[in-house]
Amino acid sequence: MSATTTPARRASPGDYLPPVVGIGSLVVFFLLVELLIQLGAVNRFIVPPPSEVLGSFGRVIVEEDILQRFLLTLTECLTAGVMLTVFGVSGGVLMHRFKLLQQACETWVAAMASAPIVLMYPLFLVIFGRNAWTIIMMGFVAALPPVILKTIEGIAGTRKVLVNVGRSFNLTPTQQFWKILFPAALPTIFVGVRLGLIFALINIVGVEFLINFGGLGQLINELAERYDLAGTYAAICFVILVSILFFMVLEKAERWLRPVD
Amino acid sequence: MAAQNTSLDDAILVADDIGVRFETAEGPVIAVDDVSFKVKPGEFLSVIGPSGCGKSTLFNVIGGLLSHHQGVVSVAGETINGPHKSIGMVFQEESTFPWRTVVDNVAFPLELIGMPKAKRIERARHFIALVGLDGFENRYPGELSGGMRQRVSLARTLASEPKILLMDEPFAALDEQTRLLLGDKVLQIQQQLKQTTLLITHNITEAVQMSDRILVMTYRPGKVKRIVDIDLPRPRTSEVVTSEPFGRYVAKIWADLREEASRGMRDEEKHALQHHGAAS
Repeated sequence: MSATTTPARRASPGDYLPPVVGIGSLVVFFLLVELLIQLGAVNRFIVPPPSEVLGSFGRVIVEEDILQRFLLTLTECLTAGVMLTVFGVSGGVLMHRFKLLQQACETWVAAMASAPIVLMYPLFLVIFGRNAWTIIMMGFVAALPPVILKTIEGIAGTRKVLVNVGRSFNLTPTQQFWKILFPAALPTIFVGVRLGLIFALINIVGVEFLINFGGLGQLINELAERYDLAGTYAAICFVILVSILFFMVLEKAERWLRPVD
Repeated sequence: MAAQNTSLDDAILVADDIGVRFETAEGPVIAVDDVSFKVKPGEFLSVIGPSGCGKSTLFNVIGGLLSHHQGVVSVAGETINGPHKSIGMVFQEESTFPWRTVVDNVAFPLELIGMPKAKRIERARHFIALVGLDGFENRYPGELSGGMRQRVSLARTLASEPKILLMDEPFAALDEQTRLLLGDKVLQIQQQLKQTTLLITHNITEAVQMSDRILVMTYRPGKVKRIVDIDLPRPRTSEVVTSEPFGRYVAKIWADLREEASRGMRDEEKHALQHHGAAS
């Protein structure tokens, strides 16, 4: 028997349809907003016209030191992301390994996931001072619960037959973890890391905004204080860019670690 | 055939007085009771019984996955107290690692013993060819059919070169035609490697097609009802299913099993009624 070879398929026009419809609907939405503002149906002092937001990009980039702010927020997110992956996954693994720890802590970790941790920023300010560590730690703490919970879920959800295959080959507990449990749990762990990164980014930008320190959050704060709404929305676009960058990197990492599900 | 020229005293696998009891909410259940048998080197023995007769429990006991049992399992005179390298298991459920390619799946046991990469890939390719999957080495299990995935599992187990191949209804989830063809493949491999094989199954055709002997089990508690010698010529293929002696063996085993399967069905009905009565 031989492998069936799949001939290289030529891209058909249908392949481009979903992105074209996606971008098209976004463009139509902004055109509608623009139209409603120009017609006076929406107050331009509450919602700036998209054309004005687009025009303010150059100004925000040149005058507001956007690159440095962008890099600062990106670095804070990256640091929080690495920390939450390392500590979140390790925490989940430990809680799965030691049942008492899981029984004792899982409920309050779940409760922490829904708690508005961002409101604890004064405490973090006292502990870490008004610097990037306060922001990173806030992002980290707020994002930890989903990573821990999803790691536990992923490991516990490993199919019993795969565990039994490991047992039948007489694997040591360490081999059982690294060769079976961890790779089997990876897709679920990545769901947790994705959720964690969303939580981290929201909290990081939020705390930057609240304590008026650092990267894009502080810039949004300043622009909002100046009532430069077009600039504010342009800065928000850069926050979205940080998020997109993270998800792209994460997707690459997942494909590298586990090429096919 | 070697198996037929060897006396049971030279048995490679001995199960002696195996008993398993489970505690359930409705009281203790004896799943397997006083099961003893021997398997000769190179022999193909099938264990057949109705659903609920403790076949899979017996599979777990022999594979060393179930430690709470009575009796002794020994391989080549050595008592087994857990999973053992002499016994290679193929499971009923799909058990390939979806994150590894076919070749990496099959090379898994060789990786565990620290075989150098180039050598283990070469060995893995040999076993992949043996199960007829050459050309699919770099595919992932998700790209293969159910039957092909079971062949990957079989190749992975064979790669560990076990003294005894222990299979628990490996083709149960497949259609009849695929099952017959894979039966052919297993027979061919078993004859080629002179592989001692213990097959747990509920499929009479499959058991008669492949076995030298068939151990028929009773419904709960699972006991040995009879051991039937299958005197069909070897080498065998799936064509044997059209022969008259094959039909006689199937009829003989069904006569034994029918009573047990009916008892199992009645028991399940009674159980369902009790539960329904308690619920309403």
